[in-house]
Amino acid sequence: MNAPFSYAATRLPTDTFTGVSDDPAPIVTKRLGHSFGVGEAKKQVLFDIDLEVGRGELTILMGASGSGKTTLLTLIGCLRAVEDGSAKLFGQELASASEELMVQCRRRLGFIFQAHNLHASLTAMQNVRMGLDVHGLAAHKTWQGAAQHILELLGLGDHLNYLPSNLSGGQKQRVAVARALVGNPDIVFADEPTAALDKDSGYQVVAMLKRLATVRGTTTLMVTHDNRILEMADRIITMEDGRIVNDQR
Amino acid sequence: MTGILTKMLGRLPIGWLQLLHNRMRLLAALAGVAFANILIFMQLGFLGALSVSTKLPYQLFDADVLIYSPDTNTLGDAGTVPRQRMFQALSTPGTGSASLVYIGTLEWERDDGGTSSLRVFGVDPDALPLTGGDIARMRDRLRLEDVALLDSKTRGVPQALMESIARGKSHAFEAAGRTITIEGLFTVGAGFDADGYLIVSDQTFLRLFSSRISGAPNYIFVKTKPNVSPAALVVRLQAQLPGIDSVVRTREQAATADQSYQLTERPIGVVFGFGVAIGIMVGIIIVYQVLSTDVADHLSEYATFKAIGYRQTFFLSIVFEEAIILALLGFVPGIAISIGLYAGASIATGLPIEMDATRPFLVLIGTILMCVISGAIATRRLAAADPAELF
Repeated sequence: MNAPFSYAATRLPTDTFTGVSDDPAPIVTKRLGHSFGVGEAKKQVLFDIDLEVGRGELTILMGASGSGKTTLLTLIGCLRAVEDGSAKLFGQELASASEELMVQCRRRLGFIFQAHNLHASLTAMQNVRMGLDVHGLAAHKTWQGAAQHILELLGLGDHLNYLPSNLSGGQKQRVAVARALVGNPDIVFADEPTAALDKDSGYQVVAMLKRLATVRGTTTLMVTHDNRILEMADRIITMEDGRIVNDQR
Repeated sequence: MTGILTKMLGRLPIGWLQLLHNRMRLLAALAGVAFANILIFMQLGFLGALSVSTKLPYQLFDADVLIYSPDTNTLGDAGTVPRQRMFQALSTPGTGSASLVYIGTLEWERDDGGTSSLRVFGVDPDALPLTGGDIARMRDRLRLEDVALLDSKTRGVPQALMESIARGKSHAFEAAGRTITIEGLFTVGAGFDADGYLIVSDQTFLRLFSSRISGAPNYIFVKTKPNVSPAALVVRLQAQLPGIDSVVRTREQAATADQSYQLTERPIGVVFGFGVAIGIMVGIIIVYQVLSTDVADHLSEYATFKAIGYRQTFFLSIVFEEAIILALLGFVPGIAISIGLYAGASIATGLPIEMDATRPFLVLIGTILMCVISGAIATRRLAAADPAELF
């Protein structure tokens, strides 16, 4: 049984990346596979994925729809139970991991989904706060400054107390980005984050991720079809029919 | 409100904000909780009225110990006990005095066209084992043929008639072929089977109820000698009297036995108890419906929170927060409307339907429990799923 590791919930933006680390690579998978359905309806969608992503890398996952990108993302992102092969986050095995370990891992991750998934009853500030509160009391005491700062960085300084229903699609997506990044995650998973954004704000978000990678060593794994941002990637992985077919740095 | 809740919970009051976000659903939920509260309050009110009105006539009895037939469950169905037992009781040490009480039911067809069912007590005016109102003052008048005293709270009797009797103007009516004259008042209050009470002398009683005989009263009222406790006399009388035709109890014990018979053995008590259970079930179903719809509507948001790293207990606390808010907010109109309905029902029926001190707390605690149980059932769907499957 894996013991849950401790995570300092209070890490603040001053905690910078030194570039030197004994930590294992944030993401390591060995012969990772996945199937949906049971019995005769069982269909394997992911085959023998061997992947290692180092700290501070901005990696882009490409491939046609149905090639298994999102499934891979949700497996490594602790959103789906690993049933076949092995996936390690920060050296912790996710295959048959306890719920508690999954929760602890999720708290070190940031998610940007295709849909914004903002809570309709909460304002932009409150939605961002949800990304901080999960880290406990210390994070929660200083929430206001942190939430406001990141929303301003994303150009939403004038919309802090708007409900999602009063924000445009792109604004909502940027609030979702703020919610994912405000907790200072070690890894950011992004599934088509720029789909709902115009060219400028899409570029702005990816530039922000790139800067986080350099300054804080944040690792980013992003699914995208957006050719505009490929040039910013450290690494581009192409998938086809559940296998990695191309891996280029 | 949001600020207070944030302080209390130590997190954003998401449940409250969710409820507030969908005003129509909130109103429907509150109406549902209030409705369940009213159902429960009304049934408890009737049950309470049954319980109180059963004990009321016993307060009239100027007696420490009652002797009656073993097949007597309540005043209305009292069997008879041999008069001989009174003499045996009088010869028992500790007995101060004893007298016979006859009980019957008389239909009073009033001048205004209505009918009141009166429970009639026939008592010996010399012993006069009843107290209250005009009873002691009217002792001599009661000795006269066909003179009666009436319960001032008798159901259906016009207020004007009661006032004129209270002013000293007698009122005559015909029943069982005789003319009864009401010359005074006392106060008991209507119950579930009698509309009111009437007191006459034992002689008048036997004339009104020609099938009854003086040797077979319904009750023997016994008073103890000074410094003898009723309980001690009960023990002595029980040893003295044959159990086959005589039950001996203190007045309090007899009233309590009557009450528990009404509440637990007569269909009416069981029906009201059943009504309370139905009210609780209706409440659970309404609140469950509201909360489970709310959980279903927010499933993708909750899945996102789960993906961020929130635990199952967090979602449970959101739903409990909603449940408790619904319970508290629904309780306010629930109890307000119930108090109004109590007043209306009390006027309409003449029954003592009143809010007592403990009932609101019981119902509030019950409501919170009801809502929390509903909430716990409503979150089950969220527990098992991987967050990815919820999107």
